Amino acid sequence: MRFALAPLAAALCAAAFTLPATAQTIFPLNRAEILAGSHFDLKVEFPGLVDASAAKLSVNGKDAATVFGKRAELIAREDGKDVSSLILRGARITKPGSYTVTASDGTNTRSVTWNVYATPAKAAAKNVILFIGDGFSIAHRTAARMLSKGYEDGKLKGKLAMDEMPYMALLTTQGTDSIITDSANAAHAYTTGHKSCVNALGVYCSRAAASLDHPKVETLTEIAKRSGLSVGAVTNSEVEDATPASMVAHTRRRSDYNDIVKMFYDSKIDVIMGGGSPNFLPKSTPGSKRTDDVDYIEQFKGAGYAFATTKAEMNTAAADSKTTKLLGLYNTGNVDGALDLKFLKKGSVSKFPDQPDVVEEMKAAIKVLSRNKKGFVLMVESARIDKYSHSMDPERAIYDTIMLDDAVKAAQDWAKANGNNTMILVTADHTHPVSIIGTVNDEAPGDDMRNKVGTYEDAGFPNYPAPDADGYPNKVDVSRRVRMVFGAYPDYYDTFRPYLDGENVPGIKNAEGITVANEAYKNVPGAVLRVGNLPNKGPRGANQGIHSGDDVLLTAMGPGANKVHGQMENSDLFRVVAEALALGKPMAPAKK
Amino acid sequence: MFAATQTGGSRRRFLLGLTASLVLLASPLLHASELLTFDGLYKSNTVLGLKFADRTLALKGQTVRLRGYMAPPLKPESKFFVLTREPVAICPFCSSDAEWPVDIVVIYASKTVLPTNFSERIEVEGALEVGSFIDPATGFVSQLRIRDAVFHKIN
Repeated sequence: MRFALAPLAAALCAAAFTLPATAQTIFPLNRAEILAGSHFDLKVEFPGLVDASAAKLSVNGKDAATVFGKRAELIAREDGKDVSSLILRGARITKPGSYTVTASDGTNTRSVTWNVYATPAKAAAKNVILFIGDGFSIAHRTAARMLSKGYEDGKLKGKLAMDEMPYMALLTTQGTDSIITDSANAAHAYTTGHKSCVNALGVYCSRAAASLDHPKVETLTEIAKRSGLSVGAVTNSEVEDATPASMVAHTRRRSDYNDIVKMFYDSKIDVIMGGGSPNFLPKSTPGSKRTDDVDYIEQFKGAGYAFATTKAEMNTAAADSKTTKLLGLYNTGNVDGALDLKFLKKGSVSKFPDQPDVVEEMKAAIKVLSRNKKGFVLMVESARIDKYSHSMDPERAIYDTIMLDDAVKAAQDWAKANGNNTMILVTADHTHPVSIIGTVNDEAPGDDMRNKVGTYEDAGFPNYPAPDADGYPNKVDVSRRVRMVFGAYPDYYDTFRPYLDGENVPGIKNAEGITVANEAYKNVPGAVLRVGNLPNKGPRGANQGIHSGDDVLLTAMGPGANKVHGQMENSDLFRVVAEALALGKPMAPAKK
Repeated sequence: MFAATQTGGSRRRFLLGLTASLVLLASPLLHASELLTFDGLYKSNTVLGLKFADRTLALKGQTVRLRGYMAPPLKPESKFFVLTREPVAICPFCSSDAEWPVDIVVIYASKTVLPTNFSERIEVEGALEVGSFIDPATGFVSQLRIRDAVFHKIN
């Protein structure tokens, strides 16, 4: 985006001239884009021990204590090690501009430059709905069109709802540590506007030992609620999982589920729905995953939340005009995906027969959140596109992409009927190395499956039955089916078929800790062993598909959406939202 | 590959291998303990928690058997492992998703565990312990444990 030019020059200078190997690290990092009025922790990590009298911190040449109205605290020996750090929690800059922060230990000096930006004083949009298809890649989108729209005379018979949006950009997803991101780091970029590292939520990745001690940046929930908006997050993963957690969490480690439940509670986020109930139950309750005896379901109820465990309870709660806060937990693990929920009835559908899908969750959430006349921010995640791509289960991933599009359609309809003042964003957090390469045609001659793969003109068109009203064909095991392949994989058996008996489990560790192909598929007719091309041992040994570093697509509509164009950093999405909702008003510093 | 002979399962396999007559004598005794199933451990499994089956509660402290799959160990050189109904494909501590099934059973073997093939079904035998417990070494929370356990591969 346009606003990054000046800091870029500063960064190049910093990198070329003032960065000895032993230089201190300053968080937020160089070239950070900071929303005016938002809170953040400023941390300086010195490479060695520093005397309090020698440590100096300035902002644009002025003493930092004067600028921030409070003094940074010196941690003499951080985590008992021979290193000192300065920390200033809850810093805030309300005046937009370029800020150069300089830290010195008396010998070495290091500077970073931040761009603090304000937003228009008046909001362009009343509401924002941010859709995240987790792991949602181009091939998923193409396949979703193929199954739910079909073709005639070489053209699609219809478009996806997400195709009918006027603004589009390519987002790059890399973080501060790697070209490849995970869902935590990626969602964090959307909900804070800052870059971070794999596994981190709402924090910069510092050297702190404890996962909750890292320098924090504010989340969209904190900022939007301060502006009086209602906030929600709905998903079909566990609610503590990275994407929904990014709305509220501050932790270096996304697996801190018990802490994340507390963070949801403390954030006062208005609507949360998904799976993952065990981390809400006190440890004395069988099935709990908590390590304490706090009953978070009771806590939420006590704080005025309606509570639902089924679709029926959700709809009843949402229909009640007095409901303004809603917690919905529909599964102990992830909510089942669309293919299982609606057609195959596998997964945990028999255990949890009345789970809502993402579309139903979203409709209920909008009903509740729109009772706030000031507006709302809602994150809607179709989480299992990613999970089914990890498990190399194309049909399940495609059905959850169709479900995502159904939710987008419902949101567009709602926005149109309710004042056309809602910005809708549809994106992914990262991609998977998936591609559509043709079809598998059971009618092709011979027994071996690879020679039934149709490429180029032999691919033709798949013969799924016409979709139902929601865009789903009622059958995936058709005789000519789409062939989606994975570019990176562990050892596994390629069956060339959908997994009708339950989600695919491609690889399993053996006694030596090496990933081997899951023998459960060995005897499927035509199954072929694929020797993997991913690491198969050690802590990063892969027993499933992995993320790729390709760009993701962002499509947008509604007031403020015209800022979406060209190539953008994923963290720029936050600014689009902040500007549309006027979350950083220049002359009106936030209250409280 | 199959390592149970060197671990908690060693005593019984030694006995089994000793003489046929001893096996005939020993089998009824060894198999006197009740064989539980994952399905039978709880009478209900809801969003609001599990409820132990009456039989599970009645067998508290007694020797029981249970069949399942060893999950990849959380710690090497440990007597501790997690038994699951189905093979666990994802090592929860290797990825960042702490996604254990809720109906796992924690096993404290009588000896240090050498892992089995994680796709091989095993039978565990030991004293059933019921109620919430946090493993001091790993922080792992469990509701059911089998202590002083031995295990062996089954077909």
